Amino acid sequence: MKRWLPLLLCLVLAPQAVASAAMNAQREILPNGMVLVTSEQPALPIVSVQLLIRAGSRYDPADRYGLANLTSRLLTRGTPTRDSMAISGLVEGMGAHLGTDAGRELATVSLSILKKDLDTGLALMSEVLTEPSFPEKELDRTKQSLLASIRAKRDRPGSIAREAFRAALYPGSFYGRPVEGSRDSVRGLDRNAVVDFHRRYYRPDRAIFVAVGDVTHEEMKRKLGEVLAGWEKSGGAPDGPVTLQPPERTAVKINRNLTQSNIIMGHEGPLRSNPDHYAIRVMNQILGGGSLSSRLGDSIRNERGLAYVVYSYFLATKETGRFQMAMQTRNESAREAIETARAEIERIRRDGVTEEELADAKSYLIGNFALGLETNGDIADFLGQVEYLGLGLDYVDRYPDLIRKVTAEDVHRVARKYLQPDRLILTVVGNLDKAALGN
Amino acid sequence: MENRRRPTPAPRTLLRPPRLPDILKLMDWTHRLAGLFLVTLLPAVAGAAAPKGMVDVREEVLDNGLKVLLLENHRSPAVTFQVWYRVGSRNEVDGKSGIAHFLEHMMFKGTDKVAPEEYARIIQKHGGRSNAFTSYDTTVYHATMSRESIGVAIELEADRMVNTRLQEVHFTPEKKVVQEERRQRTDDRPRAALGEVTRAVTYAVHPYRRPIIGWPQDIERMTLQDLKDFYRTYYAPNNAFIVVAGDFDSEEILARIREHFGAIPRGPEPPEVGQVEPPQRGERRVQLKKEAELPVVVMNYHVPEVGHPDSYALDVLEMILSRGRTSRLHRDLVYEKRVARYAYAGYYRVSIDPTTFTLGAQAMPGKDIAEVEAAIDEVIGRVRDEGVTQAELDKAKNQVAASFIFAQESNRGQAMRVGFYELTGGWRRMNEYLGGIQGVTADDVQRVARKYLDRDCRTVGVLVPQERKRS
Repeated sequence: MKRWLPLLLCLVLAPQAVASAAMNAQREILPNGMVLVTSEQPALPIVSVQLLIRAGSRYDPADRYGLANLTSRLLTRGTPTRDSMAISGLVEGMGAHLGTDAGRELATVSLSILKKDLDTGLALMSEVLTEPSFPEKELDRTKQSLLASIRAKRDRPGSIAREAFRAALYPGSFYGRPVEGSRDSVRGLDRNAVVDFHRRYYRPDRAIFVAVGDVTHEEMKRKLGEVLAGWEKSGGAPDGPVTLQPPERTAVKINRNLTQSNIIMGHEGPLRSNPDHYAIRVMNQILGGGSLSSRLGDSIRNERGLAYVVYSYFLATKETGRFQMAMQTRNESAREAIETARAEIERIRRDGVTEEELADAKSYLIGNFALGLETNGDIADFLGQVEYLGLGLDYVDRYPDLIRKVTAEDVHRVARKYLQPDRLILTVVGNLDKAALGN
Repeated sequence: MENRRRPTPAPRTLLRPPRLPDILKLMDWTHRLAGLFLVTLLPAVAGAAAPKGMVDVREEVLDNGLKVLLLENHRSPAVTFQVWYRVGSRNEVDGKSGIAHFLEHMMFKGTDKVAPEEYARIIQKHGGRSNAFTSYDTTVYHATMSRESIGVAIELEADRMVNTRLQEVHFTPEKKVVQEERRQRTDDRPRAALGEVTRAVTYAVHPYRRPIIGWPQDIERMTLQDLKDFYRTYYAPNNAFIVVAGDFDSEEILARIREHFGAIPRGPEPPEVGQVEPPQRGERRVQLKKEAELPVVVMNYHVPEVGHPDSYALDVLEMILSRGRTSRLHRDLVYEKRVARYAYAGYYRVSIDPTTFTLGAQAMPGKDIAEVEAAIDEVIGRVRDEGVTQAELDKAKNQVAASFIFAQESNRGQAMRVGFYELTGGWRRMNEYLGGIQGVTADDVQRVARKYLDRDCRTVGVLVPQERKRS
């Protein structure tokens, strides 16, 4: 493979230089407490906006799971001056997109729009954010639609497996529950709860506003000053730490009449702030970063033909982390696939990785980082996370070095420390008789 | 990127071809998620800008018949390199379904110079991404890399165009992988299984009736020799074309492409696909009984492909029926009547042969699927009887115009569109799209609804949920 070497050398500097110079990001805390992050990208007359707000399912009251999600869904379903269809009609008529979503920590409101329509779009966005009217009729519709989605989810074995795994890993925590809540909890949600949730959590000092596209920082700041002038701070206390209970179960098996067993294995992992984060990324890239070229891909897919997709990842957020690997294999080979995966986890802990694997994984992680920042939406996603996680605007410049610094010893050390085979929780959704895994 | 989303694995995919290609189908309303409306990208910003609404493509044809389409732009620091073979499941014969897709998998098993599975590894070690997909009409291999590294992909693709080693030792496990892929994509997914069986009845003659991934027994019986024959027949420079988009110098990259692909000899012209679907005379209905939660209905109507003048009005019709919450189907079935969990229309326009206009919906819990079907028919009936409004037409045209600009953000997406147009009658047709859409009148939309959305020419598929077995 010698002939590739010159190219490899070229690659090391290029993507980094481009990403940082082109990002041109600016950050400022506005008087109402909201953080504004912008990246001017004048090549096309469009703008992508993303508002992240600490209003995820973490804040659901104990008897009202799904409230954050319902609130987020209802934002665009009515304001004092526009009903649900009027809001959608205005957005769609401009060929724009306005969406809302709730996760476990953050809720998001996103807008992508032609530059010429930006003022209209921002005014509307601010209206749905600060003055949603939550009409009873829309609440009823949305609840009905959520209940139907919760039911339809049962047709997706992968979703069933992921939910079961999370529930086992995070017992009693919002991390272990679906964001949308359960059938029973959604039924119990009412307008008062939504109004209260919105009043409490949709506040500028809980929000990060990211704008990427054909707009300058000053311009964006001025526009926001106009449309969000009346949005008041909550002045509430910062969030306390999340406390998690240790898992009680080591296996969850759900019997379904399927041709494949959907398998997830994993355990708790370090937070995003852990200094080993980058060594872990490199280690995971080698272990199971891709279905085609990783150790799990090689042994499970390429050599044995056991699965079409197999991968692993470490997810790390502000408040939690986990290791997770997933694959789907015909029921009859479930045992073999599970044993093979375990053996790979054991092997990387025991033997570490080769210098060649290390170099390849690092080149990929560095190069791919730049490729992932192509569209305004990509950049907005990225900057939102950088701000939320407190990585700093120079993160884009620092990232390549953070990866480059990782040594084979680091990889071996983090494999031993953060892969814990005796703590793996096994989740299987499939035909358990055929899989011979017991009920 | 940061870890907010579950990382998606990158297996080779087999694509349901339709949605990607069309310039405007970028904002699928079902993707309500933040920022998920992913747009794809675009061309010429620096240098010789193309006229408004046009994509600037440079075309060159090598002596061996390999066409090269270059979309040079310097908006973002990456290059997408794609090799398109003019072969997909459309070119298969009965009993050998799935062979185009199976071969796509085997194309990663190495050549004399490159070890098995090294392809993806080499691209990755140069900081790039690669994948491939098979559709009804084509098989595409693509890589995205930095400008400095893209030569690696060019060299590897040239090598495997003719030097792929098809060996028993890799064939056997890969067959199992393909079978797992089929189970995962179709057999354990009630809606996908419904789509497959409905399509099989929609076409009596044309090869579009077969699933891209192949019928289970055909995959099981596939032999290595089948793949070798197929490879020799269809993989040649004169049956392929290249699309490159992004940050490169056209002269320089062309020289590289010539250097690596130029010496590959032209192959014999592959056989043409001659089947023509006879006109349908009377509705066909099919049921699928399978363990599932909620019933689903799909309807396939026969409609013309991209080159036909009616294709623009059909595209506008699809948008009016299905684009966004204010579209007719969503508004009527989901919002007002609340009989469906979702309802959509899909027109798979950029197709080599005549294609389908599909309508579909899933019933809300407790609703009868017959009621859902009747509601769809009522929506269609109103368009046929009363036409559409000027406001609806204007909205659709605005959406097209905006999407055209958003589409320019992604090199890969732009290259995909150019590729699909090239495949189905020439990339220049892509530049007629905006004008074609702007020329559509309300009368045109009503006319095509009357002409094509005729119950006698449709196939209706219904998923009839069965209770889950307790084992």
